[in-house]
This record gives sequence, C-alpha cells and structure tokens, in this order.
Amino acid sequence: MANQIELRLTGSGGQGLILGGIILAEAALLDGKTAIQSQSYGPEARGGASKAEVIISETEIDYPKVDSADLLLALTQVACDKYADSVKEDGILLVDSTVVLPEGIKAGKIVSVPILHTASDVVGKTMVANIIAIGAIQQLLGSVTKESLESAVLSRVPKGTEDLNRKALAEGYKLVEKF
Amino acid sequence: MKKNNIKLMQGNEACVEGAIAAGMKFYAGYPITPSTEIAEVSAQKLPRVGGKFIQMEDEIAGMATAIGGSLAGLKSMTATSGPGFSLKQENIGYAALAEIPVVIVNVQRSGPSTGLPTAPSQGDMMQAKWGTHGDHPVIALCPSSVKETFDLTVRCFNLAEKYRMPVFLMLDEVVGHMREKIEIPDASEIEIYDRLKPTPGDENYLPYKVEEGQIVPAMAAYGDGYRFHVTGLIHDESGFPSNSTEVAQTLMTRIMKKVEDNINDIVTYEESNTDDAEIILLSYGGTARSAKSAMKKAREMGLKVGMFRPITVWPFPEERVKELAKQAKSIIVAEMNYGQMVLEVERIAKGTTDIYHVGKINGEVISPDEIFSKIKEVL
Repeated sequence: MANQIELRLTGSGGQGLILGGIILAEAALLDGKTAIQSQSYGPEARGGASKAEVIISETEIDYPKVDSADLLLALTQVACDKYADSVKEDGILLVDSTVVLPEGIKAGKIVSVPILHTASDVVGKTMVANIIAIGAIQQLLGSVTKESLESAVLSRVPKGTEDLNRKALAEGYKLVEKF
Repeated sequence: MKKNNIKLMQGNEACVEGAIAAGMKFYAGYPITPSTEIAEVSAQKLPRVGGKFIQMEDEIAGMATAIGGSLAGLKSMTATSGPGFSLKQENIGYAALAEIPVVIVNVQRSGPSTGLPTAPSQGDMMQAKWGTHGDHPVIALCPSSVKETFDLTVRCFNLAEKYRMPVFLMLDEVVGHMREKIEIPDASEIEIYDRLKPTPGDENYLPYKVEEGQIVPAMAAYGDGYRFHVTGLIHDESGFPSNSTEVAQTLMTRIMKKVEDNINDIVTYEESNTDDAEIILLSYGGTARSAKSAMKKAREMGLKVGMFRPITVWPFPEERVKELAKQAKSIIVAEMNYGQMVLEVERIAKGTTDIYHVGKINGEVISPDEIFSKIKEVL
C-alpha cells in the first residue's frame, strides 16, 4: 500500500522499543490516521534481539504484521545482523553508530548516527535512547507530526521527566537533520 | 484521538473493557500466555467497579470458581490459552448441563501441550465444540480486531445470560496482543442482557422449570433466599438427580434446542464481494485480516474473489455457507491449524463446490501472499 508506512524497531530487551512503537502508533492516531503496533514475545525479549513493529496508514490496515520495512531501526549489532535484510530496497536503515554494518545491505538509504551516545552523554540518561530514536524516525519519514509525537511521548512518560524527554526528542530530530 | 474515548489498545485489554461494560463483576482464573493481560487488567479494574478478582491455584479451579461466582449471581469470566482450555473442559461440561452462564476466553496459541507458548494458532476450534464429553450446546465467537474483541465480549456475556450456558470467546494471539485503534462506545449505546430471575417470594420456585414463553429456567442466586440444588447429574425441574430416561430425554433435548431453535439470534457473520464471487475465502479471527488483504489484491487484478467471515463460529453459519457453496466455484478456507473449520465447510457443502485449505502449524501467521498464491492455484 502506497499510503502505508511499515516500521520495525529492533535492539535488545530493555531499550524501550515496544514503548517507542506504542508512542509512534499513538501519535499517528492523534494525527487522525490508523495504526497497529505489535511485537515478538518469547526468549527474544530477554536480552537477545527484540523487536517492535508499527504500521501507520491513511486507511484501514488489514494484515497487522510487517513484512519488509520502510524503515528499520537497529540499536544493537545482534539486532542489525538479524534484521538488516528485512528492510525494503528503497527503505531506510537507521542504525546506532556503534553498529558495524553487515555486508550486502540492500536498503536504499543508510543512516548511521550516535543514538546511544547522545542518550548517555548529551541528554544524560541511557533510557531515553528510544525517545531519541523515534524523534529521528519522525524527522526522516514525517509519518507523524512533531506536535502529535510530543504529546504522545508526554502522555506516556513518568511525571517529572517531561523536559528530559522533550530534550531527547529534539536531539533525535537534530541527529538526522542532514540525511 | 482528539476525543478521549479513542485509544490505542491491545485485544486482551479490550476484552476486559468489554467484559466490564457488559457487567462482569467476577473474574477467576490462572494466568497463562498469551492471555495474561486479561487477568492483569481484570485484577486492576474489577475492584474499581465493585467487582472481585481471584487468582486460583490452577485453571481447573479458575473455571470452577467462575461457575461459583455466577451461581452467586455475578456475571463471571475466566480467560486462558490451550493448556488451560484443556484443563477447564470437565467444568465446562458441568456449566453446560447445570445451565450456568459463564464466559470463557481462549487466546489461542500453538499446541498441542505447552507447544509454542508465545506463538499464534487457531488450533482449538474443534476443541471448543467437542472438548467436553457428552452432547452439549456450544456458542463460540471469534473476533478479528481490537474493537470487535470489545463488542463480542459484551455479546458473549449477553448470550451466556440469555441462554444460561458457557460461551466461548475464541481469540488468537494475533488479535489478543496487537494494539489498534478503538473507540469505546458510550455505556448508553451498549445493549446488555441480564439473566432471568424468579419472582421474589415465589414459594413454588423450581430451579429448572421453564416458564411459559421463556427459553430457559429463571435463575436464583445463592443468597437470594431460595433453596435449590445444582448438579452435574441429569436432573428434573427440582434440580435433584434423576435416573429416568424420560427426564434425561426432556432435559437433554431442551438444552440442545435452546441454541438450535435460536440460531438466527446467535449466528452472525460478515461477507464482502460475495455477490459475483467465483472464489470465496472463508476465514475468521486474526487470519481473516490476511484473507481480506488477499481478496483486495485479487479484486484489484479483476479476479472475482469474495470473502465470508464467520463471527459466530459455533454454531457455524450453516445456512449461508450452504448457499454460498452452491454459488461459488470454490471455497478456500484459511486458518492457523492443520484443518479444522474446513471440515465443517466440507460437511455443509456436501460436494457442491471445491473446498481448498490454507493452513499453518508452525506458529507463524498466514500471510496475505500465501492465501493469494492459493487463489492463483485454484483459478
């Protein structure tokens, strides 16, 4: 479907990728679109490669799973090695700069930026890596509006962390501005 | 999402929202993947509406306790997955014969045994029909979306109360775990059916006597002040056991007929593009979404493909499927099992059309492409 964007967020368990997926889907609903979020459960969720999937569409979404992604986020080497070939040929591979890209990647565009480093050293909290990542995804795709993304983030994060998360989003936008 | 009743919600969560909207006041069960969120959210929400939640020592006790809650007058539910559904079967039979309204949710995962605990399946469809021994009436509904999970959970309660029997909500891991947009209807828009109660102070109350014009006997709750007996043995109108063949014939016929005679009230389905369809895709639950996608692709290519989705899976929409079988050149049944509801379709079609099957038993969802490939093969 041309008006359907499919995202796969991968990394390791504990990086908040499912929450990131939920926030993107909620932002899409705020924009008046439809969205489905799903994830893989099981042994993968315990530290290995974990993934969350989001589909955002202008119309009704039938099949709820992501096949080839328009954008694949990989925050860890393990996740990148496992999922890098599941991105469309004209899709975007967004990876943390600590990840060594596997050979033979077919993604149309590769965006390698220091998401984890920005979380720990610029924003000052490792746990906001997911928020930086969804900020970067917004900047790259524009599939949700910044306004909706911010309200979706703020309605999901703990009270008292609003400024931290606003900063994380802003850093995410900034990271990929040049791409 | 401008309106605050529009939410992103999981199927399992929508099930609890629907249950509470229908009047659920008691949940008893034992959590099991992929149904656990139903227990979790029930535990959070029931106390806020004056209800009770109890986690029992296992699924057998969960079923028994839900039945007990219903006998005490509360709308009751339990939720489980394959292994727990197996354990609950004996008590489900008890609820069927003793005519106790209760809702049983099965979020299906890959079996048999502990199987693939986190992977989807539709492998318990025949178990829902035949899982407990002896002839017994069965009602089972099967949602395809988060919104429909809400609506059908309400309907399960209504049907359970109206026909005084256990009713199944046959979810699958796909719909149970996915998050999707749902607009929660206002309470005033939700139709709710409460069980028939005896006239207060009725000295001659017989717990299993059907009064003129009623479908089921009026149901007193324990604690209402009536003395009555409930048993899993064949019983007469007083509720006490009987060995009489006449009593057995009357009771068994009555409990089978209460569903059989009200098929039109119970059976629901959805169809699209069936008018001119040469090939009809028949699918339900999470898999129906793949079938719908495959149908759209086929229609874009000018192929005459339609779709039929049973929403009530038991009793199966027999009459309509019989008509469709006469009209279509073939029916493709897509389901996440080795071939279950396809047997029902074959039985109903009686050779009037060709029946094909797309099944999957490796824990993966059937993709639209897999169904589309079958369409091309059948053409």
